[in-house]
Amino acid sequence: MVRQGNAMTVTGQRPAVEPGKGEATGTVRLTRVSKVFGRGSSAVQALDHISLEVPPGEFTCLIGASGCGKSTLLALAAGLEQPTAGEVSVSGRVALMFQEPALFPWLTAAGNVELALRARGAGRAERRQRAAELLETVHLSGFGGKRPHELSGGMRQRVALARALAQDADVLLMDEPFGALDAMTRDLLHDELDRVCAGRQLTIIFVTHNVREAVRLGDRVVLLSSRPGRVIGEFAVPIAHPRRIDSAPVAELAGRITDRLRGEMSHGTR
Amino acid sequence: MAPGDEATSLPAYAERLTWLEALEAETPQEQRGRRLLVRGWAALWPKVLAVAIVLAVWQLIHVSGWKKEIFPGPGGTLADLWDQLHTSLLWHAIGTTAERAVIGFGLAVVIGAVIGALVSRIAPLRSAVGSLITGLQTLPSIAWFPFAIILFGINTTAILFVIVLGAAPSIANGLIAGVDYTPPLLLRAGKMMGLSRLSLYRHLILPASLPAFVAGLRQGWAFAWRSLMAGELLVIIANQPSLGVLLSTDQDQADMQGATSIIIVILILGILVHTLFGLADRAIRRRWGLTGTV
Repeated sequence: MVRQGNAMTVTGQRPAVEPGKGEATGTVRLTRVSKVFGRGSSAVQALDHISLEVPPGEFTCLIGASGCGKSTLLALAAGLEQPTAGEVSVSGRVALMFQEPALFPWLTAAGNVELALRARGAGRAERRQRAAELLETVHLSGFGGKRPHELSGGMRQRVALARALAQDADVLLMDEPFGALDAMTRDLLHDELDRVCAGRQLTIIFVTHNVREAVRLGDRVVLLSSRPGRVIGEFAVPIAHPRRIDSAPVAELAGRITDRLRGEMSHGTR
Repeated sequence: MAPGDEATSLPAYAERLTWLEALEAETPQEQRGRRLLVRGWAALWPKVLAVAIVLAVWQLIHVSGWKKEIFPGPGGTLADLWDQLHTSLLWHAIGTTAERAVIGFGLAVVIGAVIGALVSRIAPLRSAVGSLITGLQTLPSIAWFPFAIILFGINTTAILFVIVLGAAPSIANGLIAGVDYTPPLLLRAGKMMGLSRLSLYRHLILPASLPAFVAGLRQGWAFAWRSLMAGELLVIIANQPSLGVLLSTDQDQADMQGATSIIIVILILGILVHTLFGLADRAIRRRWGLTGTV
């Protein structure tokens, strides 16, 4: 899947690898991608020549202040938006999770998961069986018959995770999926996400504004600046799993990243 | 408490205890029945009170002697209604009217839903007929009767035609509003799942439109019922007693009690159907978790 911006696509040098061709499934590559919303004097540059490559199976966290175009970047990768310039290439199927669970209120938890399976062309019996398995994966067996409003916020987000997994995607894009949850529930869902990822070859791009969450989860943390969004730094996270959000190494790296972000922000407003 | 009271109050206390025990020993079904009864009464008494107040005011006006010769009191009217309920004529009339209502409204639902579905999905069609539908909705449907009578003659088809014209625009608009107000987040989620255009419509947009569609049905019903009553007063078909015909006859014979009785029947029928739509609306809200108390 290759999408190109309509204006000035890849001027000068071509990307090293022909995107989409011969590339390992699960690779996400953004090459000098810019996105401008609106026209003329009211135009807003959300992203400015961002290049980012996420290899298959990597868990990348994108972090930055609000307005840095994190969500725009995910929308581009998901194909919901088209880049103004540059190239977005994603090999494999993409699933997207939002900050809100975005479950369908007229369907039960199992029904929501089954609809994703139906979209993949699964038959009735297979849908039922797979949905039960996936709900078990997110520790919700026995809740399949409940409607979204009967579940807690954390449970709803688990159903959304099960639904995303049901799409059998190679790339999972997560847009602040735990942002609206309380700290304890979020902690629990971090463990859950770790466990779910462990058994799958899943590329994840996880957007958050919580530095500790990024360090807790990611193999790599990418820092974005605000308006326009640019990549201003990258941190590898060489901390062994299982991690805890309040452990010393996580806190230490999170502190360094926060300092860096703070420096950038004061730089930006000077 | 005086010392002597203890002896007498103890058995009373024991009695209460057994009563409480008996209450606890109730099976869940009995408890459920009791709860339903309590809830039913809570819903019923304000209505009973409202009817009582209306009857009281009515009686007061009657007693005050205003237009005494022609203005009937509630007693005489209700007695007249009771008598009419024992004639086959009234039931025959109710049957005819109900049949027309069901057929006319049913046609309006089918036609309104098809038009709504098409208009909501096809942009040029929307700009072409979108405002026309709203225009038709505000046009009093009674204005169509001369047109319908010239076109079809004095018959049931003319009445059904006007019912459809009265109700279908509201139903179509309800569906269009539902489609328009499908939450964009859910649409994004559906698109990300890879639902095809058709299944996006069938599994996402249509169910998401259901509450607005039911609201449209409710409004459509109100228009259909009005059109039907107007039609039955204007299009009087020989040997086909309907509520409108009975009203018209009462008018000719200056039978105020009879006319009032028929009005009460029409009112009750309208309220009954409206209640059914209310129940459907409540059921959807409960299913979706949109009620305050679940």
